[in-house]
Amino acid sequence: MKLAYWMYAGPAHIGTLRVASSFRNVHAIMHAPLGDDYFNVMRSTSERERDFTPVTASVVDRHVLARGSQEKVVNNISRKDEEQKPDLIVLTPTCTSSILQEDLQNFVDRASLSSESDVIPADVNYYRVNELQAADRTLEQITRFYLDRSRKQNILDRSVTNKPSANIIGIFTLGFHNQHDCRELKRLPGELGIAVNQVIPEGGSLKYLKDLSRAWFNTVPYREVGLMTATFSEEEYGMPYISTTPMGISNTADFIAQIGKLVNVWTSAISEKKFNYELYVDNQTKFVSQAAWFSKSIDCQNLAGKEAAIFGDATHAASITKILVKEMGIRVSCSGTYCKHDAEWFNEQVQGLCNEVLITEDHTEVGDTIARIEPSAIFGTQMERHIGKRIDIPCGVISSPVHIQNFPLGYRPFLGHEGTNQIADLIYNSFNLGMEDHPLDVFGGHDTKEISAKSLSTNRKNINWTPEAESEPKKIPGFVRGKIKKNTESSAIQNNISEITIDVTFVAKEKLSP
Amino acid sequence: MKTLEIPTFECETGNYHTFCPISCVAWLYQKIEDSFFLVVGTKTRGYFLQSAPGVTIFAEPRYAMAESEEGDISAQLNDQKELERICLRVKNDRNPSVIIWIGTCTTEIIKMDLEGIAPKLEKQLGIPIVVARANGLDYAFTQGEDTALAAMTHRCPESNHRITDQEEVNTAKVILVDTAPNNNLFGQKNKLTKCNLVLFGSLPSSVASQLNLESRRQSVSVSGWLPSQKYADLPALGKGVYVCGVNPFLSRTATTLMRRRRCQLIGAPFPIGPDGTRAWIEKICSAFDLKPEGLEERESRIWKSLSDYLEILTGKSIFFMGDNLLEISLARFLIRCGMVVYEVGIPYMDRRYQAAELLLLQRTCEKMKKPMPRIVEKPDNYSQVQRMHELQPDLAITGMAHANPLEARNIDTKWSVEFTFAQIHGFVNARDALELVTRPLRRKGDSIPGCRNLSKQTVNV
Ligand code: SF4
Repeated sequence: MKLAYWMYAGPAHIGTLRVASSFRNVHAIMHAPLGDDYFNVMRSTSERERDFTPVTASVVDRHVLARGSQEKVVNNISRKDEEQKPDLIVLTPTCTSSILQEDLQNFVDRASLSSESDVIPADVNYYRVNELQAADRTLEQITRFYLDRSRKQNILDRSVTNKPSANIIGIFTLGFHNQHDCRELKRLPGELGIAVNQVIPEGGSLKYLKDLSRAWFNTVPYREVGLMTATFSEEEYGMPYISTTPMGISNTADFIAQIGKLVNVWTSAISEKKFNYELYVDNQTKFVSQAAWFSKSIDCQNLAGKEAAIFGDATHAASITKILVKEMGIRVSCSGTYCKHDAEWFNEQVQGLCNEVLITEDHTEVGDTIARIEPSAIFGTQMERHIGKRIDIPCGVISSPVHIQNFPLGYRPFLGHEGTNQIADLIYNSFNLGMEDHPLDVFGGHDTKEISAKSLSTNRKNINWTPEAESEPKKIPGFVRGKIKKNTESSAIQNNISEITIDVTFVAKEKLSP
Repeated sequence: MKTLEIPTFECETGNYHTFCPISCVAWLYQKIEDSFFLVVGTKTRGYFLQSAPGVTIFAEPRYAMAESEEGDISAQLNDQKELERICLRVKNDRNPSVIIWIGTCTTEIIKMDLEGIAPKLEKQLGIPIVVARANGLDYAFTQGEDTALAAMTHRCPESNHRITDQEEVNTAKVILVDTAPNNNLFGQKNKLTKCNLVLFGSLPSSVASQLNLESRRQSVSVSGWLPSQKYADLPALGKGVYVCGVNPFLSRTATTLMRRRRCQLIGAPFPIGPDGTRAWIEKICSAFDLKPEGLEERESRIWKSLSDYLEILTGKSIFFMGDNLLEISLARFLIRCGMVVYEVGIPYMDRRYQAAELLLLQRTCEKMKKPMPRIVEKPDNYSQVQRMHELQPDLAITGMAHANPLEARNIDTKWSVEFTFAQIHGFVNARDALELVTRPLRRKGDSIPGCRNLSKQTVNV
């Protein structure tokens, strides 16, 4: 057993439901106790979804425990089949059904005899995978199911489209800025003369899945969801894929270059024409995206050498780390992710870009690390935002888990060239907020706050500050105050001093100054 | 007297949306200041908890998950050792005066013996450990509080109040008899010089003191609350102690108080709305054989002050989808406000515990010349939506899963959870309750042309 207050990634079934309900006309039936359909609330409130979430529960209660749930599940499936005529019903296991060890496959077999819809059980092990892994798996499972079946029925169209085209894999409901990213991602290939063949799962229709492999290649914008589908289509249908996330100027350029390579393989074979995107990238970087200019401007010079800490899912944390370090000259003292299952990739990505790599699912560890480092800004999830609030450090939210305010109505992509603008704003504003404190403090300021103990752990050191000494750190600008205070304390501990008087602070300060 | 329309109850499939009962942790830990709630279960619970109460998680809440891992499920690990380790950490970090274990579906299914382990660990750690099984297999939403309070009932000290009249009261009979309004059974036991009244149900402390004040006005002093603000201050219980519930979902607690602690239950309507509050106090007074004073004027004064809201509500229709068990009381209050209630969905209906409330509902319908609403236990959300489609109510009280989709279909909604968190008890808060109900109706106005129906799904009825 594990003591836990907060989780970065949700339980497995959430991932399955997110994928299932993103497809059009797919219904998920959860095998779960009353109250576990909390997913519907999340979707309806966070995404402000106008339609009923196509998820119902086949409720596990005392009766079911006594008699098994076969009858009930089968009935529920047939009922949904009649009521809403979905193309597919996904029977979704939860922790409860894993423990009950009922044979869901068997239920599905029975139910599909009588129902018009296709029925499959989500093949997800609750205890082994988290929300993101489950989503990845479910997407692959559904795609595979339909591709394989069309192959058997000989309706699978394997001829590539005349014009170059691409699939976008992994855009789905409750994803961080997914809707906006999707729009940006559709626009980007469009400008390169490439059509979007299909987007899955968001808004995807199962009828058309048989044409999925007509695209020239796949793109997987986020590492967390879609890679399995992409590798499977590569293995079985020979479709190449791009897994670079077009986030930030250089990543986007890299992404486009890869598209160029893939496209040219075919075009040169067909028409001996070659696409050249270099000029396009150059133009976009110079004029559409303001980020390159921004990083040259005086504003950004002020940020040079500032320290930041980053935490989030693997995709976002790695990309933002790159942007901060390579494109803005900001020092990243710590970069981390909660995607433990993808630790190796993450390590590789941020190698040499930061002083410390943090891979953990424990938010207190993240909090303590941030408190120790005391960066000038944090880029993280909602959790880090709250950590930041407590220790007075500004935070920009760059990754799930998120709140409703992270589902903005306005256009806010993170990907593509417009994305670089958004990110530059986000970064600049976060630091800027922190800096505003500075002049105020230097000029005698407004600050009458008590000095906050900048440690998140519960054990506090046994050190007293005399009132005069307390007032001393207040004269120090806010954003370095915590550090000075801590240094003073540790110097006091070294010298066996248990009460910090004004003299001690001066001594410590002397030692610190070069 | 004309015979009253007997309420009919229907029962549907139980396919409805509600919160898992462990969500009671979110408000109970705030109520009992020195407690720590440990939810023993899997990730689903933790995820649910962290999303449900929203931001409070960041304020270092006094609750956490003991998250089961695969080893726990296959019983490779020793439950007791594991829980001991975790509770020790909680003790060191937070030093609570009580740890409340919330059993979940997982512990239920793998039959983890929480009740057996608790006393052992309690001795070892020197902290009381209370076990409440609040799981989705058996209960819905607010019933979680019921199980927690029922478990705490056993921890209340014994009252040494001596009663002169030793006559045994058949506990079951008390409520049965009580459904008949003019019965004076309680009147016989009025020799008490000092009233010994304990109220049960968790309310914000300001609301609790408002209700205390209300009953003190009738010279009934409330001797304690279950739960109390501090675990150490749990009220004394025992023979001769009268108890009265403030919320309609506390039937297990009521039963435990009667059967196990030999208390006497005052079965009353619940103090929601001025009508409910008055009836509640009257019932308490009659138990102590006191004549309520000034209640009638007080009630009518409150009604008068509500007239602006009543104007909005009169003649409007409403539909309760049902998810928190407050539905009957709210429906009764709103009918008295002049609304027409089409349907009252409710997760679970304890006809004995809610008897007085049901009776008041009937009377209210009669008085207001409104039809008795259809009461649907364990509703089926899908069918309800179809019914709503035909009835087109002016307002639907519903869970968050359905609110936005219904709004998009041009049915005004109010989130039902807000009623569990808002202050709606007593005379003073009647206004707040109506403020909630009328908000969507006041907001109305077709300022944006062409936005009557914004749904994307086509409805096939
Ligand atoms: S206790 Fe039951 S209903 Fe509640 S979250 Fe756990 S599985 Fe779901």
